[in-house]
Parts: sequence; structure tokens; C-alpha cells
Amino acid sequence: MKVNKNIAVSESGFLFDSMSGDSYSLNPIAAEILRLIRDTKNPEEIKQELLEKYDVSQSALDKSFDEYLFTLKKLNIIK
Amino acid sequence: MNKLPFERPIIKKLNTGISNKFGLRTELEPISNIDRVPVSGLIKDFGTPLFVISESTIRNTIHEAKRAFETRYPKVQFAWSYKTNYLDAVCRIFHQEGSWAEVVSRYEYDKALSNGVSGEKIIFNGPDKSEDDLVTASNNGSLIHIDHFDELYTLIEISGKLKKRPKVAIRVNMDTGIFPQWDRFGFNYENGEAMEAINKIMNSKKLEFVGLHAHIGTFMLSAGAYEVEASKLAKLAFEFKKKYGSNIDYIDIGGGFASRNTLKGAYQTGQDTAPSFDDYAEAITNALINSQLDTDDMPLLILETGRALIDEAGYLLGTVIANKKLSDGRRSTIVNFGVNILFTAFWYEHRINPEKEYSGHNETTALYGPLCMNIDQIRDSIQLPPLKKDDNLVVSCVGAYNMTQWMQFITLRPSIVLIDTEGEVHIIRNKESNKDITALEYVPNHLDKI
Ligand SMILES: Cc1ncc(COP(=O)(O)O)c(C=O)c1O
Repeated sequence: MKVNKNIAVSESGFLFDSMSGDSYSLNPIAAEILRLIRDTKNPEEIKQELLEKYDVSQSALDKSFDEYLFTLKKLNIIK
Repeated sequence: MNKLPFERPIIKKLNTGISNKFGLRTELEPISNIDRVPVSGLIKDFGTPLFVISESTIRNTIHEAKRAFETRYPKVQFAWSYKTNYLDAVCRIFHQEGSWAEVVSRYEYDKALSNGVSGEKIIFNGPDKSEDDLVTASNNGSLIHIDHFDELYTLIEISGKLKKRPKVAIRVNMDTGIFPQWDRFGFNYENGEAMEAINKIMNSKKLEFVGLHAHIGTFMLSAGAYEVEASKLAKLAFEFKKKYGSNIDYIDIGGGFASRNTLKGAYQTGQDTAPSFDDYAEAITNALINSQLDTDDMPLLILETGRALIDEAGYLLGTVIANKKLSDGRRSTIVNFGVNILFTAFWYEHRINPEKEYSGHNETTALYGPLCMNIDQIRDSIQLPPLKKDDNLVVSCVGAYNMTQWMQFITLRPSIVLIDTEGEVHIIRNKESNKDITALEYVPNHLDKI
């Protein structure tokens, strides 16, 4: 899992795709997950880290995390 | 270590330069308290869905409405429109504030009596009054607002059997410049039918003619229409005076003032567009004062304001059941309150806020109720924070018509609580149980066994 080269993300959660010219806003958790992907962590490691940090059940995390990754792939932000 | 609150990750495409229909205001600050009572506590104690009514808001609103009219006109009387919200507790707050009762059925009439309203302070409107209803209302000295000639003839026919002379007014319909014109209730002003009805009443010598009534529509965003209404009723009162030599007791202007809700498809919110009580009062009282009526003996001005007095006092608390992606990629959120209890979702884009704080990143979602029916859509498209299953929402401005027009359909109706002016929470209607509903049913013997 890798963030595409043409993607720039700012500290505040603003994402710019220089290939398509599209920009996006991310909420803090979405930006954090993208950072962890950039740090070459795999999905299981990322989820483990989030579970330790946040007050969330495994199933609620799984659902929203998988959905988010699916969206990132569809938008060609990660591959 | 204390864990941080979790929010669903969201990514939203930015459309730079194009402002959407929601404009710049997103208004998604959480509503965590109602009258300083924590919403989380209400949900813990009563669950969701839950209707919450603020007694302080009701009292403040009726005070404001009375001030607007009483500072402009010598004699003003509000009559609480029962159909708007006829929970006994709610009606009694209005009656404590001096409101009479305005009812449109025997069910509502009897409810008003059982709430302690005396017969003379009940206005009986509507097209459906049986002979027995008319006898009861006449004997109690209630104000009977005649809707059609059949009712008028029935009253004349039964007047011989009555203990008292029935006190009657006629409902008048008219062109006030708004479209569509409501002409199915009462007698028409422009074509002379209203005067014809008055002549019939006077010639019968069996009825006491006391007033004129009109209700020109609901959620009227134009105060000007009331000016037309009030001047036409004043003109009719003046014609009556010319012909029969006496003044009428009252002019009843009906209801219809807009609340602070936003109508579906409107570009501006109701908070920005609805006229204030002062605007309506200015239009109505000016028309009466500037009419040809005798300034020393002005008729009592009656108002049957419904939604504008109660909408803002009502909240609906609900919970997210699930999030789902629709086939075209749009997001949808399913909540545990549907059009069965939030009937006004058919007319309004209600303000819906989360109960707790989110990061400020919102997303567009369709909002569906829990019913397994395609019509159960609260909102086609709304901006909400990234809600998860079990997160709570607060719907504002739901005090009018929902708690009377709701349906027992597919599921049961929820509890209603009242927060009193001291911040005490009282259950004023229990949630329904299967037993409440089936108590009215019978199973014939041959269907005993299945
Ligand atoms: C005769 C009459 N009076 C008053 C009302 C209250 O109207 P609103 O809630 O629009 O003020 C109604 C509502 O339809 C009505 O029919």
C-alpha cells in the first residue's frame, strides 16, 4: 500500500492531486491514516495503532477504515 | 491512558469557487443541552427517538406574540389551535398563559373541556360538526364558527331544542393575493356569499351573531396578506353595522404565521425570511385601526396562531442506525426516526445538529428513516459531520404538527418529555407499547388458532 507520488497533503488536512488538479479536505483522522500509510505501515499495523489511541471498537474501526481505504483507492490517491 | 474520541475518517472533494446551496453557513455546532439539560442525560434516561418540549420556549414565545399585538391594539385574545399540538400538558401551558381553545372536532372539543377550559372560551371551527356537537357547543355557550350552509340550516332547525341561543360567527374565505387561495372553508367574501350567510343568520332570529373569522393559509411568509384579510373582515363588519345597527364582538384572524423553519427548496433559511410577530401585528392592527370601524368600540381581535407559537419549543432526539453507500457513490445515513414521527419532513428542511462536537469536516449525505418504505426520507441531501452508528442527532423546530399528525405505522410512537421552567424533566406522553395498540383489536373465535 503506497500513497501516489502526485499527492501532496498539508498539515491541516488539505490534499492536492497534481495529476488531476483535484483538491480535497480530510478530517484529522483521515489525514493521520494517510500519514501512517506514507510511513509505509500496513493496514493491520495502522488499525492496531488507532485502536490503542482512540476510543473505538474493533468492528466500528474496521468498517470505517476499510471504507476509507476503498475511497482512497478509487480516487487514485493510494494504490 | 485516556483514549481520544474517534471520528470516522472522511475525505471530501473541494469545489473551489462554486458555493453550493448551503451557502457559507453550515451551522453544525453541536446541541449538547436543551434549556441547560444535557442531551446525553435525556438519551440515557429515555432512549431515542425522543421528543423534548421546552416549557420556557413556549412561554417566552407566547409572551412575545402577546406583546407584539397588545402594544398595538386594545383588545387581543389568543386561542390555542389544538390540532397543532394537543398534548394536554402543552395545551395547559397555553391556557395558563390566558389562551382560549380553538378546536376543529368533537375529539378536540372534549379535550379542551377536560383541560378545564370553560365552554365560552372554546372556538369550534371546521366543516365537521354533528347535530349532537352543535347542541353541546350551543348549550356550553361556545363560539360556533359556521363553515357551510348545511351547518347553518341545522343550527336554525335545532335551535328550538336548545337551552341557550347559539353564539355563532361565520368563517369567510377570500382573495388575499396569495396563491393558492383557500376557498374550500367558509363563505366567500368577494362573491357576496358571506353577506348572504349573515343575512340568513339575522333573519332566522334564532342565532346570536357575534363574530367574523377567516384563516387564510398556513406558513404565510407575507405579512401583507393579513393586511388584506383584516381590512376585508373589517369592511364586512362595517357593512353588518350599517345594515343591522350593531357592532360585532370580534374579528378572528385565524392562524398561519410562519415559524422559523425552512421550507423545502427554499434558498434562504426560515430564520432569515419569516416575518416577526411585530411584522404580522403591524399589518393586522393597522388594517383594523384604519378601517371604518368605530374606534371607541373596536372588536376583540382573536388569533389562532399555531405553529409559530410551538415549533421552536420542540426537539427530536435520534440516533444513527447505519451508514451506507448508495450505488451512485453518494453517502446515506439511516437514523431511527422516520417520516412516521417526523411528519413535517415532508414540508421542511429541518435544522439537524449533532449532539457532540466533531472536527468541523462535514460531508453530504442522504438521510433516511428506519422504515422499510421508500418514502421514508428525511432529507435528500444534508451536510453532516462524519457520524457513526450510535451517534446522536438533535432535530430542531419540531413542536408543531408532528405530535398530532404522527402515525402508528410499522413501529410504535416514542415518548415525549417536557423540560419545565426550573429545568425539571417530566414525561408527558409515554412511548406506546404493543398492548396499547392491540387493546382496540378483537380476534373472532374461528381465528383463535393458526
Ligand atoms: C381554523 C384554523 N385556525 C388556526 C390554525 C393554525 O394554523 P397555523 O399552525 O398555521 O398557525 C389552523 C391550521 O390549519 C386552522 O385550520
